[in-house]
Amino acid sequence: MSGHSSYVPKTGFERWLDARLPIIRLAHDSAVSYPVPRNLNYFWTFGGILMFMLVAQIVTGIILVMHYTPHATMAFNSVEHIMRDVNYGWLLRYLHSNGASMFFLAVYIHIFRGLYYGSYKAPREVLWILGVVILLLMMATAFMGYVLPWGQMSFWGATVITSLFSALPIVGETIVTFLWGGFSVDNPTLNRFFSLHYLLPFMIFGVVILHVWALHHVGQNNPTGVEVKNVAKDTVPFTPYATVKDLFAMVCFIFVFAYFVFYTPNFMGHADNYIPANPAVTPAHIVPEWYFLPFYAILRAVPDKLGGVIAMGAAIVVLAFLPWIDSSKVKSMSYRPIARQLFWAFVVVCIGLGWLGAMPAEGGYVIASQIFTVLYFGYFVALFVVGLFERPKALPNSIADSVLGTLQGGSGARMGTAVAAEPNAKG
Amino acid sequence: MANATDTKPTESTRRDFLMLATGAAGVVGLGAVVVPLVSQLAPDAQTVAAGAPIDLDLAPIAEGQAIKLFWRGKLIFVRHRTKKEIDEARAVNVASLPDPQADQARVKEGHEQFLVVYGNCTHLGCVPLGNNPGDPKGDFDGWFCPCHGSHYDSSGRIRRGPAPLNLPIPPYAFTEGTKIRIG
Repeated sequence: MSGHSSYVPKTGFERWLDARLPIIRLAHDSAVSYPVPRNLNYFWTFGGILMFMLVAQIVTGIILVMHYTPHATMAFNSVEHIMRDVNYGWLLRYLHSNGASMFFLAVYIHIFRGLYYGSYKAPREVLWILGVVILLLMMATAFMGYVLPWGQMSFWGATVITSLFSALPIVGETIVTFLWGGFSVDNPTLNRFFSLHYLLPFMIFGVVILHVWALHHVGQNNPTGVEVKNVAKDTVPFTPYATVKDLFAMVCFIFVFAYFVFYTPNFMGHADNYIPANPAVTPAHIVPEWYFLPFYAILRAVPDKLGGVIAMGAAIVVLAFLPWIDSSKVKSMSYRPIARQLFWAFVVVCIGLGWLGAMPAEGGYVIASQIFTVLYFGYFVALFVVGLFERPKALPNSIADSVLGTLQGGSGARMGTAVAAEPNAKG
Repeated sequence: MANATDTKPTESTRRDFLMLATGAAGVVGLGAVVVPLVSQLAPDAQTVAAGAPIDLDLAPIAEGQAIKLFWRGKLIFVRHRTKKEIDEARAVNVASLPDPQADQARVKEGHEQFLVVYGNCTHLGCVPLGNNPGDPKGDFDGWFCPCHGSHYDSSGRIRRGPAPLNLPIPPYAFTEGTKIRIG
């Protein structure tokens, strides 16, 4: 979608640098002149928000490490030391712990945006799969980070999640011992999780670069799902249009983030994690962080140990295959009357699973989890089946048509002038 | 098209040899590097050394009481079972169990009252409740795992819930009277 570069070096230094390392050209082409569909709504601002969250997590994380001690006997106290003694330590830690939740909040909105508008369909399959890889890396990072304070939830979360691997036949027990570096979760486990928790965000950063590269190669999807046909009419330059909109959305998002950090910083945590890890006692009610709850509910819904682990893994991996599961050629659910209802049912199912994951595994909750697990996977089956017979609504001829409305079959040339005359007609 | 990379067949055999030799050395080298990189993940010498046998006297454990201890960093339950609990464990039809094992095979001959088992649920490793007087003991007078709802009986065998196996028996033997050595 990006045409030839429109960058013109202005100063002598820029010309000199451009001939040697065209880095300003790269920045200009991808963040200034880069054409974005003119009909993007606010759901398209979450990519920028996620980039901000990743950087915020890396910055606060690196600072926290300056005060944290990765040792089973000292980790808990060093976190309390950060909270009580380090200047603004409480703020940095709350930014980091709530930041993880905000990161997931944004990524889930970002994913549902992609699901609704069919952003996973050709030619964006690789872009989508890279996104699933980022999600998996985020989950691993968040899980290992949660272990570091070495409270009761940290310890037992680590025990339960690493024990998932013991479900594998034959090699399971060996893998778990190698993950632990001992015969139970202990200091070696904490140390290696700390090392990996530091590494993985940079791996995420690497995959994000690929993700953005793929995005800029194929161009952004948009609410109509109709590809850009005429760059002049269908798109606006990234700066100022997308830059300002992204920054505005980011500020609004930061307000929500700040509300949690300053007014209810432990809302998404568990009181049990303020009790030092005790390998002899499991808290009566252990639950993972909220962003893992839907998958945790799926794990517990299956009465078989290995089956539960497979179902939980499949619930994430199935996303990567979505480009080939969805049989409809129409991208946006706005034009798919049946699939759109399925989508909203899927949203309800995911939230329902999240709620069930927080409930104790007994009686009606287990049965409900089983029903919802079937519905979760049912969405993907339904998406395949519905695409075969569903009659989509008429798509607009172009993005410009959809924005300016009332122009069913109208003259493209006339519209072009209208756009040129008033570029702010619709942000 | 003639350029510097064009080669005659005789020259390409020399390059083929170099390619194969380098590739073979690379594979061997890679293998040699992977071994220490993976091996370091295993329990280290200190952790393994901490697995030396430990001695324990069971006499202070009253009937109906249970204690917890650690061996090799793993939690162990020792339970002094009541007559009722032993009878219950032995009355059950072994073939009907998820992980069939007779109670006789899980305790030492002549010391039926003492049950020694690892204290982590075989599902995902939580510590089942049932050692303390007020704890829920599950529906089979043994242990109940609060994490995912597994019920163990008074022989530490899985009876209901997602756990696949009975609580394992650590290696131990009675040395004299009520004294045992674990390990």
